[in-house]
Amino acid sequence: MQGAWIPLLLSLKVAGLATLINLLLGVGTGYAVARLRFPGRDLLDAALTLPMVMPPTVLGYYLLVLVGAHGPLGSWLYTQFGIRLIFTWQAAVIAAAVVAFPLVFKSARAAFESVDAKLEEAGRTLGLSEVSVFWHISLPLAWRGVLAGLLLAFARALGEFGATLMVAGSIPGKTQTLAIAVYEAVQAGQDDVANFLVGITSVTSIVVLLAAGRLMPGRLPRRH
Amino acid sequence: MKIPRLKIFTLSFALCWALVATAGELTVSAAASLGAPMRQIAALYEQRHPGETLQLNFGASGALLQQIANGAPVDVLATADQETMQQAVQAGLVDAAARVNFIANRLVLVLPAQAAALPKDLADLAGASYQRIALGQPASVPAGRYARAALERAGLWERLAPKLIFAQNVRQALDYVARGEVDAGFVYASDAASAGARVKLALEVPPGSAIVYPAAPVRAGARPREAQRFVEFLRSAPSREVLLRHGFSAL
Repeated sequence: MQGAWIPLLLSLKVAGLATLINLLLGVGTGYAVARLRFPGRDLLDAALTLPMVMPPTVLGYYLLVLVGAHGPLGSWLYTQFGIRLIFTWQAAVIAAAVVAFPLVFKSARAAFESVDAKLEEAGRTLGLSEVSVFWHISLPLAWRGVLAGLLLAFARALGEFGATLMVAGSIPGKTQTLAIAVYEAVQAGQDDVANFLVGITSVTSIVVLLAAGRLMPGRLPRRH
Repeated sequence: MKIPRLKIFTLSFALCWALVATAGELTVSAAASLGAPMRQIAALYEQRHPGETLQLNFGASGALLQQIANGAPVDVLATADQETMQQAVQAGLVDAAARVNFIANRLVLVLPAQAAALPKDLADLAGASYQRIALGQPASVPAGRYARAALERAGLWERLAPKLIFAQNVRQALDYVARGEVDAGFVYASDAASAGARVKLALEVPPGSAIVYPAAPVRAGARPREAQRFVEFLRSAPSREVLLRHGFSAL
């Protein structure tokens, strides 16, 4: 059972990095869509939410075609930097980040929209720049909602299977995450390994969801 | 006594549904490598036995075995190796006496169509031009098990281990090669034939033991007589002809 911890560590690494990427991208786009008015905003919102409703295998196929050896991005990366993404743990991070992105984006957008615009306006009249308004008013007020979204995204990334299997494969110790290790163990009829992996997956997920529940905006005391 | 109308409706509906669902239907779980020919054989069988429909379920032989062991409603099992079928016999899922061998296959090494040079033997795979080599996951995919045996006999398994990419079934290994995501892959001759110009055949790999496909009715199946009839049909001349046309070899 010694080796069974390796997929857990790998899953935590992949999900952690994917969440970090989503912290930057999800919060940025969430704030932009919440605050800016531009044509095609609804379309952009729909497109950014798409990974949440599409089957992970569809996303996996898109990624495979995009970053694969013959894909436009994949062949460019290879000829420019000698990087082959498919079958690496970095590919697993990309898959997990794409799948979990809408959870951060949606939460961040809702959190920023619930921030009282008058407070931001007050900051501006007191001479704060747009950047300062974001860092000192919007983000601190929206922080809990954003964090709840990040935790949900982390949990989703931890459980990612379909897209990950397609672009990162199942290499023990390198790209074989928890979810994929469970699948392999069941396919091979190794029920004891499967039971152990399922156990640690369930416990980890419950811990993350409990933490996310405590941060949900609904549980906040009213602000004003 | 008054029976609520809704209940009558629900019951009769359920009854019709059950009749429709079981009338002349046979579920066949077959090794992933049997894909295309099995579909043609099924069509032939349905033509000869009007009213019969075959449900085909493809996957790695090991995965199919686990599905059946966990209660999947399957009537016929056809695997790509003797070992998986032997496990099914030992688990009491199929009768040893009802099991028949129906076709053979060969293990080959294929390269992407763009590959500039072909390896002369397995030892060449240790070279720098082969960074990634695909094979089926040996724990559940027979083609992967044959490939591992071949590499072990050549004394290459340990050396190549860091380069190996394990596929969920042999068709996935083939797809990895065809897409150029790996530099070489172990598949069956029938898979290489199905891929046509998308892959290059490098060499035939001696797998150690002969690659012979067995089939058997599943004990828990609802229609044992029809299941046995389909297993016999797999051995018949029309089925064999389809399989040979798809790159399989005669027993």
